[in-house]
Amino acid sequence: MAKKKKTSNEVETPQVSKTQGIIIGVVLTILSILFLAPIVIVLINSFKSKLYISSEPFKLPTAETFVGLTNYTDGAVKIGFFQSFGWSLFITVFAVGVIVLFTAMTAWVITRIKSKFTSLLYYFFVFAMIVPFQMVMFTMTFIANRLHLDNPIGIIVIYLGFGSGLSVFMFSGFVKAVPVAMEEAAMIDGCNPIQTFFNIVFPMLKPTAITVAILNAMWVWNDYLLPYLILGTEYKTIPIAIQYLRGGYGSVDMGAMMAMLVLAIVPIIIFYLTCQKYIIKGVVAGAVKG
Amino acid sequence: MQKALKKYFPIFALPTLIAFIIAFVVPFFMGIYLSFCKFRTVTDATLIGFENYTKAFANKDFLNALIFTVKFTVVAVITINVLSFLLALLLTKGIKGTNIFRTVFFMPNLIGGIVLGYIWQLIINGILLKVVGADLTYDANYGFWGLVILMNWQQIGYMMIIYVAGIQNVPPELIEAAKIDGATSWQTLKSVTIPMVMSSFTICLFLTLTNSFKLFDQNLALTAGLPARKTAMLALDIYNTFYGRTGWEGVGQAKAVVFFLIVAVISLTQLVVTRSKEVEN
Repeated sequence: MAKKKKTSNEVETPQVSKTQGIIIGVVLTILSILFLAPIVIVLINSFKSKLYISSEPFKLPTAETFVGLTNYTDGAVKIGFFQSFGWSLFITVFAVGVIVLFTAMTAWVITRIKSKFTSLLYYFFVFAMIVPFQMVMFTMTFIANRLHLDNPIGIIVIYLGFGSGLSVFMFSGFVKAVPVAMEEAAMIDGCNPIQTFFNIVFPMLKPTAITVAILNAMWVWNDYLLPYLILGTEYKTIPIAIQYLRGGYGSVDMGAMMAMLVLAIVPIIIFYLTCQKYIIKGVVAGAVKG
Repeated sequence: MQKALKKYFPIFALPTLIAFIIAFVVPFFMGIYLSFCKFRTVTDATLIGFENYTKAFANKDFLNALIFTVKFTVVAVITINVLSFLLALLLTKGIKGTNIFRTVFFMPNLIGGIVLGYIWQLIINGILLKVVGADLTYDANYGFWGLVILMNWQQIGYMMIIYVAGIQNVPPELIEAAKIDGATSWQTLKSVTIPMVMSSFTICLFLTLTNSFKLFDQNLALTAGLPARKTAMLALDIYNTFYGRTGWEGVGQAKAVVFFLIVAVISLTQLVVTRSKEVEN
């Protein structure tokens, strides 16, 4: 792990002596291996016959226990993995898109219009952030069913509603810091509020929009209980499909489970490694503001 | 500008407001009302006063979940913050490969709770079977420490990133000055670095606090409350009361209100603490 290229954005100035540096490097390398081990162990077991997983999870596959890609093909068929992937992707992309667009618009008007009504709305959104899902889960499910929102399109409305608290809060924080002068100039030049928003305001909100998008994407993609209660097992997202594998009281097909865990992790890791910079920045910004 | 904006207000705010009312406002107030009712399907609700609340607090599972959740939260908050702060210290020494280590430590944070639960179920059961010949469903303590380990694995990277940002904001001149004054590295850490990153501590403390207290997915996947609901945390206990016990929907809702009140108190404390910190700065 010693030879790693430096990235341009981080200047590494050693503050410790050479020996200390080596010791720290070794400690961190061991910790990294420990951090990666669980994923590697699942990966190894995904190639073993289901009979040998629970009893010997730490052994490499042998000629006797190796089953190739059987677990993957069996598991994918059993839970309809690729359909689940499709539903997860569909719901995440549209929910995040809708949340970013509509909460940015809402945050802008409730911040710019100064009245008792808008500040009351703002506090309602902030309040929604601290309410745990269990508080509304039963009644929300009831209403979603009544309004026929219990399908992959309807759930996007639910996500917009339940996710708007944090997103409106974050956008409002940014809008407050932006000077009004530009917007006023645009309006004087004859832009209506819609043109002003899309030409002037929204481009300036881009960094916050990325943060909001990442935080919501992580939430929606990994969410289990909300889609499970709203959609049931008719449209399974990935977390629902994985939980479905456990089923009732019967024994779990560990082979399929391992393979599906790997398939569930791979897209996340690819996404992470490609957008790492934005994800880490977004998460820090979200934590500091939230 | 105010006038023009007011005219366009519905176009900008209505989509969010309608969704917000459907998914949050109505369910929230209905939830409070229903916690005082007996019901099975919402439409058949009849008011019964505080009976659901007395039933909830007389319910052994609920009290057990409350104690389990508090214990878990205390242990998880301490371990995660200590370990992530130590990691952050190591990662700000400017050694080679820092970015790669950061990437690795942060990664588990992106994996969802259900998937995390099953990953660790395999590993913890594997170790337990080797060492004591039993699995997670045998003893509630196994589940407790299993959840602590899982939570550490998931959250350390996240908190570490926040601490790293805090430590990097400490002016190097201050550290230099302390060194010139003859402070040992421990004294520098205690008297310069830690006080300077207090705001990071507040953020991480409350993030880990609420994350641990509201834990559900990981709990469901790792132990599902086994053995005998002894490892069910509050969120899971509320879920079980709603969907696992017919006729107890009202009690489930009452438990949910209590849960909400506890979380609200934690969050409001955070708000007050961070506000007062901001004034000091």
